[in-house]
Amino acid sequence: MADAATSSAVAQTGRHTLALSAARRWKERGVRSALFACGAVSILTTVGIVLVLLWESVGFFREVSAWEFFTGTKWTPLFKPQNFGVLPLVAGSLLVAVGASIIALPVGLASAIYLAEYAPSRARKILKPILEILAGIPTVVYGYFALTFITPLIRQIFPGTGVFNAASAAIVVGVMIVPMVASLSEDALHAVPRSLREASYGLGATKFETVTRVVVPAALSGIVASFILAISRAIGETMAVTLAAGATPKLTFNPLESIQTMTAYVVQVSLGDTPFGTIEYRTIFAVGLLLFIITLSMNIASRFILRRFREVYE
Amino acid sequence: MMATREAVAGVVFDVQPERRRLKGQIFLWACFAATCVAVVLLAVLLVDILRQGATRLSVDFLNSYPSRFPERAGIKSALFGTMWTVAFTGLISFPLGVGAAIYLEEYAPRNWLTRVLETNIANLAGVPSIVYGVLGLAVFVRAMSLGRSVLAGAATLALLILPIVIISSQEAIRAVPPSIREAGYGVGATKWQTLQHLVLPIAFPGVLTGMILALSRAIGETAPLIMIGALTFIAFTPNTPLDEFTVLPIQIFNWTARPQAGFHELAAAGIIVLLVALLSMNALAIILRNRLRKEI
Repeated sequence: MADAATSSAVAQTGRHTLALSAARRWKERGVRSALFACGAVSILTTVGIVLVLLWESVGFFREVSAWEFFTGTKWTPLFKPQNFGVLPLVAGSLLVAVGASIIALPVGLASAIYLAEYAPSRARKILKPILEILAGIPTVVYGYFALTFITPLIRQIFPGTGVFNAASAAIVVGVMIVPMVASLSEDALHAVPRSLREASYGLGATKFETVTRVVVPAALSGIVASFILAISRAIGETMAVTLAAGATPKLTFNPLESIQTMTAYVVQVSLGDTPFGTIEYRTIFAVGLLLFIITLSMNIASRFILRRFREVYE
Repeated sequence: MMATREAVAGVVFDVQPERRRLKGQIFLWACFAATCVAVVLLAVLLVDILRQGATRLSVDFLNSYPSRFPERAGIKSALFGTMWTVAFTGLISFPLGVGAAIYLEEYAPRNWLTRVLETNIANLAGVPSIVYGVLGLAVFVRAMSLGRSVLAGAATLALLILPIVIISSQEAIRAVPPSIREAGYGVGATKWQTLQHLVLPIAFPGVLTGMILALSRAIGETAPLIMIGALTFIAFTPNTPLDEFTVLPIQIFNWTARPQAGFHELAAAGIIVLLVALLSMNALAIILRNRLRKEI
């Protein structure tokens, strides 16, 4: 028997007759290590981001107190007298994110419900690629659209609005994140098993009642997770807000005013010729660190909700 | 007459069927209208850009350098810069991304290190692109002294799209049935031989599709390249990866940010070129995906 032959070979030589040559074994090990190294690059990226942001931020906070940074209401690092209160930038980012969410969350969820529950397959075949195209359009194009199409429209409705305003930016950022909400929420709705819907119909519920009282609640963790991811994306969005919202850091909740977001500030500094190593240069790392922490915690929260509150069926 | 509302187990049911059906109809149309918002906006955006930019599109536009005079300005340097950058982004991110995907799918043991790797990749996918720009500025431009070069820009973009490349390659590799691997082991091939000769060739079209889609993301990125200082006024095309450069989205940003209408038309024309490039990459990816489906 082959089995007996090989096992006796193993017994005699201590090596399987089919065992690999030393060279081949080294090659296998080498390949494995090289592949692991590729994976490790992603870890290095994260470490790099954190180290770079922390390193320069430490330099920043040596000169500016954390108290001033987090509670100050004036942000004027690029001209005298310098003020380093980050709140106006945070408020600007929030204003845009809230405005974008008011548009994108209902529209995105409704699209997801239509696509997952109602749309005939022919409509899905047309609508899904359109959403994918919308998701793939570069953000600078949305910025152009905001400035040359949305802003003039807003200025017609509200005369006296400036060329740069938060509303225009919020609207295009909203459009930008609709596909994300729609496709992630649709996945969540799809994951709800048929049997739940059929049980609901069996109780005499209409399709509308089934969708709103059974399917959507069952998919709620996925829907909320998609909302959080989309808002985090809106906060991190850069080019559209740089072009449309302006460059005047302001603590306001009036969407018709010009504001500045955290991301737009970072772009503004890097477009100018701020010398390396100065306090002005370091502000972009402090703002970047804050932006990184905010978006990272939202992403982690989104994944936590998805895992922790997921209803597991079957 | 029966009561029009009945309470069953605490839940109030409205038994009037017409009213309930009407509510459902209104809801359906509301959802349909919301979906159409996306379609209408895409149409408005495309029409707006085509109307603004079509008149500026010409061979001269593709073949001229930027200029202070809108009627003479073109996108030659931006076009070449984009091609250089995308090529190097691909060269850097392809081996790293596919390597990481092979490791995660085929080698990684189920332990804490693997979980850290996967969580980390998921988190990196959500990091705002401008933060990658800050990283690129500090590491590639400053620490590694690459300056404001094509290579520094490509390395930054490569890190940016790495999570997308890894995740899509993982899916392509996972789609190869286990029986293929078992057949390889059955004829005495080692793990790497099996991967190299059996699994990867089958996964390759899928990997390539993901790679093209990731590069189409890189083509449109603006913020990280502004961060590393890809200049906006460049009147030459790069000759080596260490030359300074500009890219299409930055040129578009620059023109859009100017107040004159003439430059806005140029920006629209630039956007048309950018969108055509993006759509053809997407079309290529879809064709590849469909060919893959036919073969298995």
